[in-house]
Amino acid sequence: MMRRALTLVVIVLFALIFLRIIMGYSELQTLRPLAAYFMTQGPIELGAPNIVTAILITYRGFDTLGEVAVLFMVAASVGALLKEENGAAANANGDAPLREAGEIVRTGKQVLLPIILTFGAYVIVNGHLSAGGGFQGGAIVASGVMLMLLSKPGATLNVAALSILESTAGVIYVCIGILGLVFAGGFLDARFLPRGQFGAFFSAGAIPLISALLGVKVGAELSVVIDRFRS
Amino acid sequence: MTTGLPVSTILLITGFCLALIGLWGMLTHRNILRIIIGFAVIDTGLHIVMVATGYITGGTAPIIDAALSKSDAARRAIDPVPSALVVTAIVIGLSVTAIMLAYAIRLYAARKTLSIDAFTESKW
Repeated sequence: MMRRALTLVVIVLFALIFLRIIMGYSELQTLRPLAAYFMTQGPIELGAPNIVTAILITYRGFDTLGEVAVLFMVAASVGALLKEENGAAANANGDAPLREAGEIVRTGKQVLLPIILTFGAYVIVNGHLSAGGGFQGGAIVASGVMLMLLSKPGATLNVAALSILESTAGVIYVCIGILGLVFAGGFLDARFLPRGQFGAFFSAGAIPLISALLGVKVGAELSVVIDRFRS
Repeated sequence: MTTGLPVSTILLITGFCLALIGLWGMLTHRNILRIIIGFAVIDTGLHIVMVATGYITGGTAPIIDAALSKSDAARRAIDPVPSALVVTAIVIGLSVTAIMLAYAIRLYAARKTLSIDAFTESKW
């Protein structure tokens, strides 16, 4: 009872803070100066129609590199945490064999998997033109991998190959960053490649390239995380 | 259709309510999986709040195409900075959730229960 009352007090106090924030907030009428700079200069400097991707990959590119590093560490540490568990689970599964996936899941996989993977690739490579980008597309690809693993419970994912793919993408990502440092304004500056025609598929310097690498990296990392949890 | 409230205020209320629900769930439930779900709900609520702070009255997506010309961009688009930050926040939230779930599996293996009451070593 005591605990419940205390919880209620905490919730009410938080609600008060949030209420004050909501009351004090008035909707923006014009862009903040930084955002206005990104909106006007972004398309001219980088040639990327999607400003969110331009910010994510170029203006805050170093941040995104750190973020991908966090994902990598998660994939590694989930593996380390669940490693011994894998051995125990394998023993437990020895007496009770895995059940086959149902008809609906198997047929659905055959129909949906190519569509999901194609859509994931589309979202990844169109990140600089419209809504999408490496993270979103990578997550879609990983969801396709999840469907594949669901439909074949006994299948094993080649984690070693995925790790190599993911590391290679990471190395190329950093190399592109260094190329930006040498040929353009700074680390991960996408302007060392030609800007191209605004809105064309091959445009916006190295942004599509970095986006594709991000997609490969995120897709591989999330697939590895899903596989680790399957045990 | 007008509700009297600006869109971003409605989103702020929704987001903060979700955060409160998640906090309530985290504090009242004793099952570790439910605590993790509570965390995920808080996370989602705060993402909605962050996106809402970038909304500009009558604004559209910050993608320059046939519907939004370059010269119009600074006036009609929403603030792209919170959107870009939320992409980062979602990925980090997912990472934290994955780690928590991995720990939950380990804790279950150690005690064969998911109740947090079974883990009293670090309780003061």
